[in-house]
Amino acid sequence: MAKDFNLEKRKFVLAGIVIAIVLIYVTRLFVLQISTDDYKKNADSNAFLKKTQYPSRGIVFDRNGRLLVYNQPAYDVMVTMKEVKNLDTLDFCNTIGLTKQYFIQRMEEVKDRHKNPGYSNYTQQLFITQLSAEECGVLQEKLFKFKGFSVQPRPIREYATSSAAHILGDVGEVSQANIDDDDDSYYVRGDYIGKQGIEKYYEKDLRGTKGVEIFLRDAHGRIQGRYMNGAMDRHPEAGHNLTLSVDERLQALGEHLMLNKIGAIVAIEPRTGEILCMVSSPTYDPRMMVGRLRGKTHVRLEHDPRKPLYNRAIMGAYPPGSTFKPAQGLVFLQEGIISPATEFPCHRGFIVPGLKVGCHAHASPLSLIPAISTSCNSYFCWGLYHMIDNKKYVRSDSALTVWKNHMVSMGFGYKLGVDISGEKRGLIPNATFYDKVYGHRKWGGLRIIHIAIGQGEVLLTPLQIANLGATIANRGYYYIPHVVKKITGGHLDPKYLRPRRTTINPKWYNYIVAGMRSSALHGTCHFLGGMPFVACGKTGTAQNKGKDHGVFMGFAPMDHPQIAVVVYVENGGFGATYAVPMGALMMEQYLYGKIAPQRQELIERLSNTVISYGDEAR
Amino acid sequence: METRRASFIKSIDWPIVIIYFVLIVCGWFSVAGASYDYGNTDFFSFASRSGKQMLWIFCSFGLGFVLLMLDDRIYDMFAYVLYAGMILLLIATIFLSHDIKGSRSWLSLGPVSLQPAEFAKFATALALAKFMNSFSFNMKKPQCAMIAVGLILLPMLVIIGEHETGSSLVYLAFFLMLYREGMPGAILFFGLCAVVFFIVAIRFSEVMLANTLTPIGPFAVLLMIMVFAAGMVWVYLKRIEPMRNILGIGLGITLLSFLVSNFIIPFNITWVMLVVCVAIVGYLFYLWLSDRNSNYLMIAIFSAVSIGFLYSSSYVFNSVLEPHQQIRIKVVLGMEQDLSGAGYNVNQSKIAIGSGGLTGKGFLNGTQTKLKYVPEQDTDFIFCTVGEEQGFRGSAIVLVLYMIFILRLVYLAESQYSTFGRVYGYSVASIFLFHLFINVGMVLGVTPVIGIPLPFFSYGGSSLWGFTLLLFIFLRIDAARKWRV
Repeated sequence: MAKDFNLEKRKFVLAGIVIAIVLIYVTRLFVLQISTDDYKKNADSNAFLKKTQYPSRGIVFDRNGRLLVYNQPAYDVMVTMKEVKNLDTLDFCNTIGLTKQYFIQRMEEVKDRHKNPGYSNYTQQLFITQLSAEECGVLQEKLFKFKGFSVQPRPIREYATSSAAHILGDVGEVSQANIDDDDDSYYVRGDYIGKQGIEKYYEKDLRGTKGVEIFLRDAHGRIQGRYMNGAMDRHPEAGHNLTLSVDERLQALGEHLMLNKIGAIVAIEPRTGEILCMVSSPTYDPRMMVGRLRGKTHVRLEHDPRKPLYNRAIMGAYPPGSTFKPAQGLVFLQEGIISPATEFPCHRGFIVPGLKVGCHAHASPLSLIPAISTSCNSYFCWGLYHMIDNKKYVRSDSALTVWKNHMVSMGFGYKLGVDISGEKRGLIPNATFYDKVYGHRKWGGLRIIHIAIGQGEVLLTPLQIANLGATIANRGYYYIPHVVKKITGGHLDPKYLRPRRTTINPKWYNYIVAGMRSSALHGTCHFLGGMPFVACGKTGTAQNKGKDHGVFMGFAPMDHPQIAVVVYVENGGFGATYAVPMGALMMEQYLYGKIAPQRQELIERLSNTVISYGDEAR
Repeated sequence: METRRASFIKSIDWPIVIIYFVLIVCGWFSVAGASYDYGNTDFFSFASRSGKQMLWIFCSFGLGFVLLMLDDRIYDMFAYVLYAGMILLLIATIFLSHDIKGSRSWLSLGPVSLQPAEFAKFATALALAKFMNSFSFNMKKPQCAMIAVGLILLPMLVIIGEHETGSSLVYLAFFLMLYREGMPGAILFFGLCAVVFFIVAIRFSEVMLANTLTPIGPFAVLLMIMVFAAGMVWVYLKRIEPMRNILGIGLGITLLSFLVSNFIIPFNITWVMLVVCVAIVGYLFYLWLSDRNSNYLMIAIFSAVSIGFLYSSSYVFNSVLEPHQQIRIKVVLGMEQDLSGAGYNVNQSKIAIGSGGLTGKGFLNGTQTKLKYVPEQDTDFIFCTVGEEQGFRGSAIVLVLYMIFILRLVYLAESQYSTFGRVYGYSVASIFLFHLFINVGMVLGVTPVIGIPLPFFSYGGSSLWGFTLLLFIFLRIDAARKWRV
């Protein structure tokens, strides 16, 4: 039996085939098992049914511990299609108040895998959301009749106050953009997220952490028990509670005073930068933005011509008018343009050839303190003129840069960084700005003279004006204004805890304070003189295409100030008319916790004052 | 007598026995894992599959021991009788068996069901070994080759009659053995070409080449025909000039028409290539006539048959194959994603294996197999359990063990002095290789789903005993070789 050695070589071919097959398969195993974890994810979504457990959202209190926002039980109705049998559709619809068409349409939607990708016959599917406790109670009694349906608790937001809507904000279902923008992939469709106000800014503190229960699901979708007997389950962690710096009663008073008027009131505790109230008028009732009402309310508010959703306190960029003069005075003093004794003439205005800025009747010439007290336009025009065209800066643009830097140090021109989203930065013009408008080096102090009195290009938000009040009250420093005082179990952003000094020497503030006190005693804010506390103030009347805007900025008491207030009334005319008494009442309310009986009537008078904006017919 | 027994024990090939033992133990753990049902399984109860498998395993050990004790000469003696008996049993099964999922291959003997097809393999191997061992046998004689092929085809046809197409395909493995015994390599090459042409032509029949109106499938196949023709001229005739002519002119015209089609007027260049290929066939025919070298004729026939095959493959695919077979093939070729139907098994099996990662989830911790996502997970798809619970590490080790096992069988087969032993040994090695190739391949989504078991792993007494029988007869023959000399 001779061997054919030629053929014997073929054993190598066969051995090669064996080795090649095994090598290919090992490579294939490598590709499947190691090079990608797609299959692992696929396997997990196959086998694990993850049931989310929702944490309760953090509760919100005002600075005095009054409950503002809490959670209310609501119920989602779930359906397991496989178990639905002999359903009395009519009875079911009547019980939870649905039309039969809606019921049929909703059942189709649930079964449609395009709209509901996680659909399974065997698992609970969301049928209808946010049934109230009462509705749920009625359903629960009959639930035994509706096989396959069940209810699952899912708390929704409830408001204990009708005010502070802009601060509190609201909660709604996440949008696709929310899901895409979230780096932690925390959200899934149907989750709730803060949409505005602190609900949005403090979302991560308030929301807590979702828990999960992991069940094992077999190929038919049936639950076979808990994965690792629940060892991998996570309990939900409740969100942190917030204590606001807002005084709910002060806020309510502010909103009451601003009824029928457009504008804003902001009050700050100067010592801490805590916002005591932030009124934007018109406002709305936050209780309307809850649950299934939210959608309708939101649409209605969006279409309101007065834009109640717009938070004017931080989004409205207004000319500050004369409330800007103390800031000007500080810059001139710091730069040595004026001394406290420097006097400028005023003959019913700042008059140079070809230019006149009008002023009202008062003694002339006058120094800084009476100039603030009487709100003399002329004085500050002279000051700005002397500064911008001063040879010590060589050129006007470098002078303006010095001026601008001082203004920025007082919190103007940029966002302050308040903990409510949507803040605007206002406008403090710089040299580049004027170069663009007038041409390079084609402008000087006279060209831009209107910014001296808070008109022209300068724009501030009411929050920035209030912050100016706080800075003056503190004689030279401020804290970034913020509405949250304390996060239970969390930390406030350290930026709110650090004082910011302005570039102005604190000693100059005393002259400004003296001017504002003088104004309260016998100047434009003399209404304040009649109040039982030592207040300082400055009025403003911002020129406007229509009727002037009325502004008041002040603080009290003069020594150891506890509150700085700004009141901005659109088309409110002369600042002293509405803004000053409103500011005075806000101070009184905060300092005494109540308004003296003799001024109750004033509250109603101011509140009932209607300012026409020409849109009433609509 | 004592020394005789000692030397007999020594003459058994222990590496094979050890690997066999290791694989069987791994297989039992896999079956236990696959049939485990969250806490309500007693592994050793005969009501459970793991318990039954344990029983089959001990029976196999007994069977193996008995086979080693029997005289190897009875196989030579009774080979034809066993073969004839098995064929009769297979035919009888068609009539005696109950219909299980359309298949008539199970024979009930009281409480036990057996699948005779699993036992027919060793009988066929023995019959082939005996026939090819005969003095008058010569592979080059067409009539001998025909009988050998007939011995293979007969059980195949009967098993197809039982509607067990998968099991019948296993008999194709004998062609590997025939190759070792002198079947021309060209036949294997033609077989391979047929598979490659078929796959390429079907897979890329609707994909267009660049800007031309040319389907890539036929284009690639025609290109391969040209290259193969030239290559064969070089390999079989060592003639450079005709090779250069075929390659140069064929590729040149193809390239030219590609450029024209791509940049000037788009047209289907396979028509040009078809003309070129026909011309090549004519050229080879001319060379045969002028040179009188029959190799030219063979190459010409190969090329002509290939062209014919190409143009009939789509007809075969669409008209001859059953719809479910078409879908299986399309799924394997990635032309169709049918995750709920034919692709479901393979997709779930890939998920199960892929989720194992490097080290696997651990014994009894596989979720995909436990939760019944993979169908047939303890029989045909048993390798999923290995992949999911033991990960890349475990499943690669199993594959390497199989490789060593089959290579060792090839080595032992080659070491046989008798053609009988060698033919039988190669048959055993080829059958194991075929099972490994198809079974693991389908689980990994590489080969079509053909329901054949993974030796020593898949649950079931018949297949385990069948493989044990196949293997231990060879071990006995091999032992006798060392021991008798």
